[in-house]
Parts: sequence; structure tokens; C-alpha cells
Amino acid sequence: MFTESLARTIFGRLTLESFPVHEPILLVTFAVVVVLGVGILALVTKYKLWGFLWTEWFTTVDHKKIGIMYMILGIIMLLRGFADAVMMRLQQAMAFGGNEGYLNAHHYDQIFSAHGTIMIFFVAIPLVVGIINYVMPLQIGARDVAFPFLNNLSFWLTAAGAILVMISLFVGEFSRGGWLNYVPVTNIENSPDTGPDYYLWALQIAGIGTTLSAVNMVTTIIKMRAPGMTMMKMPVFCWTALCSNVLVIAIFPVLTAAFALLMLDRYLGFNFFTNDLGGNPMMYWNLVWIWGHPEVYVLILPIFGIYSEITSTFTGKRLFGYSSMVYATVVITILSYLVWLHHFFTMGSGASVNSFFGIATMVISIPTGAKIFNWLFTMYRGQIRFELPMMWVVAFMITFVVGGMTGVLLAVPPADFVLHNSLFLVAHFHNVIIGGVVFGLFAGMDYWFPKAFGFRLDRFWGKVTFWGWVIGYWVAWTPIYIVGLMGTTRRVRHFDDPNLQIWFVIAAIGAVIILIGILAFVIQIAVSIKNREKLRDTTGDPWDGRTLEWSTSSPPPNYNFAFTPQVHDLDAWYDMKDRGAERPVKGYVPIHMPRNTGAGVILSALATVLGFAMVWYMWWLAALSAVALLIYSIWHTFDYNRDYHIPAEEVAAQEDARTKLLAAGA
Amino acid sequence: MTTMTEKPAFYVLEEEHHEPGGSTMLGFWIYLMSDALIFATLFATYGVLSSSFAGGPTPREIFELPLVAVNTALLLISSITYGFAMMAMQQGKLNGVRLWLVVTGLLGAGFVGIELYEFSVLVHEGATPQTSAYLSAFFTLVATHGLHVTFGIIWLVVMLFQLGQRGLHPENQRRLMCLSMFWHFLDIVWIGVFTFVYLLGVL
Repeated sequence: MFTESLARTIFGRLTLESFPVHEPILLVTFAVVVVLGVGILALVTKYKLWGFLWTEWFTTVDHKKIGIMYMILGIIMLLRGFADAVMMRLQQAMAFGGNEGYLNAHHYDQIFSAHGTIMIFFVAIPLVVGIINYVMPLQIGARDVAFPFLNNLSFWLTAAGAILVMISLFVGEFSRGGWLNYVPVTNIENSPDTGPDYYLWALQIAGIGTTLSAVNMVTTIIKMRAPGMTMMKMPVFCWTALCSNVLVIAIFPVLTAAFALLMLDRYLGFNFFTNDLGGNPMMYWNLVWIWGHPEVYVLILPIFGIYSEITSTFTGKRLFGYSSMVYATVVITILSYLVWLHHFFTMGSGASVNSFFGIATMVISIPTGAKIFNWLFTMYRGQIRFELPMMWVVAFMITFVVGGMTGVLLAVPPADFVLHNSLFLVAHFHNVIIGGVVFGLFAGMDYWFPKAFGFRLDRFWGKVTFWGWVIGYWVAWTPIYIVGLMGTTRRVRHFDDPNLQIWFVIAAIGAVIILIGILAFVIQIAVSIKNREKLRDTTGDPWDGRTLEWSTSSPPPNYNFAFTPQVHDLDAWYDMKDRGAERPVKGYVPIHMPRNTGAGVILSALATVLGFAMVWYMWWLAALSAVALLIYSIWHTFDYNRDYHIPAEEVAAQEDARTKLLAAGA
Repeated sequence: MTTMTEKPAFYVLEEEHHEPGGSTMLGFWIYLMSDALIFATLFATYGVLSSSFAGGPTPREIFELPLVAVNTALLLISSITYGFAMMAMQQGKLNGVRLWLVVTGLLGAGFVGIELYEFSVLVHEGATPQTSAYLSAFFTLVATHGLHVTFGIIWLVVMLFQLGQRGLHPENQRRLMCLSMFWHFLDIVWIGVFTFVYLLGVL
């Protein structure tokens, strides 16, 4: 008795039964993760890399390194999220009639919830934020972001959320409430388990990171542009990054508040979203979708920026309709906040309300359409070079337009009453997210990889990645559109009608083709690293670029620019090349830079412990880590020594090396 | 556009000196806006649930306006005293800053104390946040504001230590200005709480 209550005090509700040893799938996954993890740790230890990783990477405040860490996090989580996708496709291809498939409902529900949560919060957001982090300061001619330490902290908070989600795989279980953790499924009486708590804590911690990152990026864009770069001379990618981050600031607080209310419901018995005592479950839906719909624009707007940069570079032309592109982006930013109710037209808010939201939704297709025409007119009569990034742009335009049109179909309230929660909807959003966001991320990675690492990515494996994703997307999702239109609903684990099976088998084949694309991407990176000398670029400008990131070396020095560029025109670097700007080779001055700090790692580690303790009701540990968080944050503010100067000689040494390289190349 | 033959300067050769943290005020403003949206969400939730009493007490039965009026006065005066602290800072009077910060902190502590007293009375009367959705919304909105004030007081105490260590160091001046914005922001939010929750509640 006594030991039991002692165990309860120490471990909360964590018991031996919390470890899913009875699930063979999870055991095998766990074994693989352990083997891989121990292998990586052993290698790092063997080559004595811990000190290097800590001082050069984990504690860095350099926006470029933080950007790369975001990318690595996103790619690792993509593998996890895609494994979930393959499991679902396999289950749905099998489970017809007498065959129950290989996943029970309890497990299947966790898989679809984890898939969506991971893909949006821990794949798409880190990858988009990572590219913005890396590219935007370079494009505006800045040496870092406005708040370098905050940037490091934001990254580690995002990583802390990802770690909590990964822990839920092996300790306890994840939410079964879908990727937005819907009530009433996640109310305490329906889900007394740890699932929704893991979801809530992981996303609260990561969400704070995302919000802080957005504050940082907006301040950077407003305050730190190179002299001469007025807002309307700013690269389109920076404009889209600005709008995207303004949206983040406008929506994430709503999500944070909504999740906090659900936490109060679950932990303290409040009645916000309960079914009795006046609670209102639909209010949760409204709040999370006020975040949720703009969120897709948070993701797609910077991606539109990437497509714009690439189209302009690889057609050798100034972007067609620059100012209309900017206005279209701003209009989308505003409209995206006014459409959330189209996610539940069936709530029953009446014809007038539904009409308003339906029309507002359809109106978004106008600025988006303007963008497509701008890209097409940029290409028109251009000298198009079909390098990898440009191939993605073309595949995007074809794929995304279809997704946009099915979106307009869904925006019609009467049609939505038929299609609500159908697989047609699921196919629609995968169409725009894969065909828009994912294609754009690959385009961006192919485009800026040489900037970040000094060598290009391998073309052959890049093409295999490309065709794997493009063909795989169409094979996987066209059948889902079809069964969705026939009325098949989403989140279903078993089907009775055997006529539908063929479509799910085709979809599973499509998933395998996408898998080939993902594996080819991993191979592409490995092959490129192996052949890096052959793929080396010494100019810093491998694509004949037009914006300022291409004016410095690849990879850029940690201070980015020895001399801050003076901007006179849109496409500043093109203008500099065109008018024969000469790179100054002497007269270097010391450069003022921020100092690295381990505070971000420590604060995020404490936040992870706090989240874990709260999930398992280990109140003493939660209190301890909360107090530690507060004290450590305060202690950190007593550190006034946060910057240093890079001496002029060091700048001169780095720049002279580049001068030699440029001379050798020319 | 300039003509092709003309060649302007393309690089800034003379580095101008940037004060570190020159963007902090803007960044802090943006953070405050995001915090304002959290309050907006809580206000909206309160609005939606403003009549979901579920048989529990209604605002008219439980609110004591005189107590809340005292509370409001304390917080509003604390904004003025913080203003005096900022004026002292501009005149470079370190002791003035510290005096007015102490006064502000005490007024803030009085505010939080009265709020906690009010909550304890409500809980004693059986009006707990678990009673009804309306009370859940009420306690959450008011307590979130109270938590913010508490953090403001902690920050203020930390500031007093840092002023003791380094005086009116530029970094400390910047931090005082941020805390100033934070403090006035909480004042403005409270005006919203007082109006929409308490005054409209007993009307």
C-alpha cells in the first residue's frame, strides 16, 4: 500500500503498463530507433564531436546555422510522419469485408492524429521557418536577425515539442482526436488517457517557439534592411515571409489560448468545451480554426515567395508584376483571417453566415490566381533553364491549380454539406499541401543548398526525387478524390463495400512511389556530399541569381557581408552585376556580432521536462521544472555580456581567401 | 531608374554604429500585440459563455463593485507612479526611479492581493470555476490578467536588483521602457475587464 502511494507520488500515473510492450509494431519501431540512436550517439562520441556540436551548433545564434537545424528537424520528422502515412494507406488497402487489417481502431486513430500533427507542426512549420531563417536575412543584406538569442530559443522550443510527440510513441499514447485534437473526443471523460495531454503540451511549447520566431522575423524585416532597400524594393520572398510571420503573430495566440482553455478543462475540471454545465464544444472548433485556416497561408505564402524567386532566376527575367504580387500576398493575408467557418458549414450557423464565409473563401482564389498568371507571364518569352528548382515550379503550377479548384468547390456551402468530412476534402488539402508546400520546399532546398553548403545537389537523384513525388502524388491522391466524391468519409479504418478496394490499393501504390521519392532525396544528399568536390561552386552565385544572398560567398561567412550592400533597385544583386559593381577588397573594419549562448537549450530542456511531468501528473517534477524555468530565465537576464567584435584581420583573412577563389574561377 | 552608365556606391564602406538591441522596442510592441490577442480570445470566450450559468450564480449575485473599484484605482494609480519612474529615469535620477518602482510594485501587489481575496470569497460562496461555463470564463479571464500583473511584479523586483548592480545602464533603461509598456498594457486590459465583466455584468 505504502509503496504504491509512494510510486504514485513520484511517477504520477506512469506505470509499467504505460509502456506499450504488447504492441509488436511499436516494439519493432522502438528497437530500430534505439539501434539508430545509440549508433549515432556512439559515432558522435567516437569522433569526439560533442564539444563541436555544442559550441558550433546547439548554442549558435547564427541565423544560418539555426536555419539548417530547423531543416534537419523537419526532415527527420518528415520520415516519422510519412511512416504513419504508409501505415494508414496499408491498413485502408487491406481492411475490406472480413479482413480487419493489421491495426486496431485505438491504434489507427492515434496514427492519423499523429500524422497530421507531425506533418503540420513539426515538418511543414520547421521547414518553412528554416528556409526563412536562412535566406531572409541574407536577402535583406543583414548580418543576423533582430534577436539572435531568441532565434536559438525558438528553435529549441520547437524541437522540445517534437521530442514530446516522439516520446508519446513509446511512453503512453498519443491523442485520438485528429490533428486538431477535437473535443468532445478529447474531453477528459472521453479521453482520460495521456494522448490529448501529450498533444497539448507538445504544441503549446512548440507554439511559443513559433510565435517568438515570428516576432523576431517581422522585427528583422522592418528594422534591418540594407540601406536603400525600401519596402517595394524588397525581394518577393521577404514580402511573403513578412506576411506569413505577421499572420503567425495574429493567429498563434488564439491557438495558445484555445489549448490553454482545453487544458483547464482537462486538468482542473473547468467547463469551456464540455457537454454539460454550459460548456460549448463548437467554440473549440471556432477557436482552433481561427488559427487553422490562416495557418495554411502561413505555410504557403513563403512558398509562393520561393516559387517567385526561382521563376525569376531561371527565366533570367525580372518577376512579372512585382507590385501586384506584393498586393496579392497582402490581400491573401487579410482574407485568410475571414474564412475559418468554412471548415464547419455543417455547424448550422445559418444561410447568411455560411454565405459570407463561402464567398470570402472563393474571393481568395482571385489574388492566388493573379500569382499564377504572374509566374506564367514571367516565364513567357524567358530563357527558361530547367534546373531542378524550375522543374518543381512547373509541377507545382499544374498540381496546385487542381487543388485550388477543388477548394473553390468545397467553398460552396451546399456542396460542402455533401463533401464535409469526406475523403474528397482530405484529397483537396493534400493536393494543396503536397503540390504547394512540399514541392516548394524541395524547390527551395535544391535552389539554396549550394548557398548553404558551397556545392550543388546531385541532379540525377534530384530528378528521381522529383518524379517520385510528382507521379506518386497523382497516383496516391486521384483515387482518394474519386472515392471521396462517391461519399467515403475520412478517418475510417475498415470498409464494407468491396467495390472501393481497388481505389485504396492504387492509393497505396502511389504512397510507395512517394516513398521512392523520399528515399531518393536522402540518397541525393548522401551522393552530393560524397561528390562535393565535383559539385563545388566557388562563385557564390551558381544560378546567376538576382538577390543579395548570391552576392556573398557560399557558404557565407558568419558575418554574412564584410560590407553592407547599398541597394538601388529591385533585384539588387542583378543590378550590381549589371552595372559592374566592384567588390571592395580592402579597408575591412571590425564587425559587431552576438555571442553564442546555451540558455536556449537549457530553457527548452526544462520545458520538455515540465511538459512530460504534466502529462504524467508528476506534480513535484512539474513544480520543480517550472520554478527552475523561472529562476533560470531571471538568471539569464543578469548576463549583460552578449556580444563581441570580429577583428578586422579575421574579416580580411576570410575575404582575401574569397578574393583568391573568385580570381581562380574567373 | 538611374541610367546604365552611372555607377553609384554599391557598398557601405563606413560602418555606422548600431546600438545593440535597437529593435527591441518594436519587437516588444509586437509581442504585446500577440499577448493582446490572447486576451481578445479570452474576452470573446467570455462573451460567448456570458449567459451559460447552468443554474449557477449570475454576475449580479456575486460581484462586489466597491471592492473592484478600489482594485481598479490601485492599478490605475500604479500606472501613474510608473510614469513618474520613467520621468526620473529621463532625468537620470536613479533613486527616484527606484522609489517609484517600489511604489508601483506595492500598488500592484495590493491589486493582486485584493483579487485573490475576491476569488477566495467567491469560492467560499460556492461560485467556483467548475460550477458553470460562465464562471470558468470569468475566472480564466480575470486570473490571466492577474497572472500577468504577478509576472510584472517579479520583473519589477528583478529590475530593482539590476538597477542596484548597474544603475541606469543603457540596457537597464531599455528594459525599464519595456516593462513600462507591459505595465500600461495590463492597465488597458484591466479597463476592458472592469467595463465588460464587472460593470456590464451588474447592469
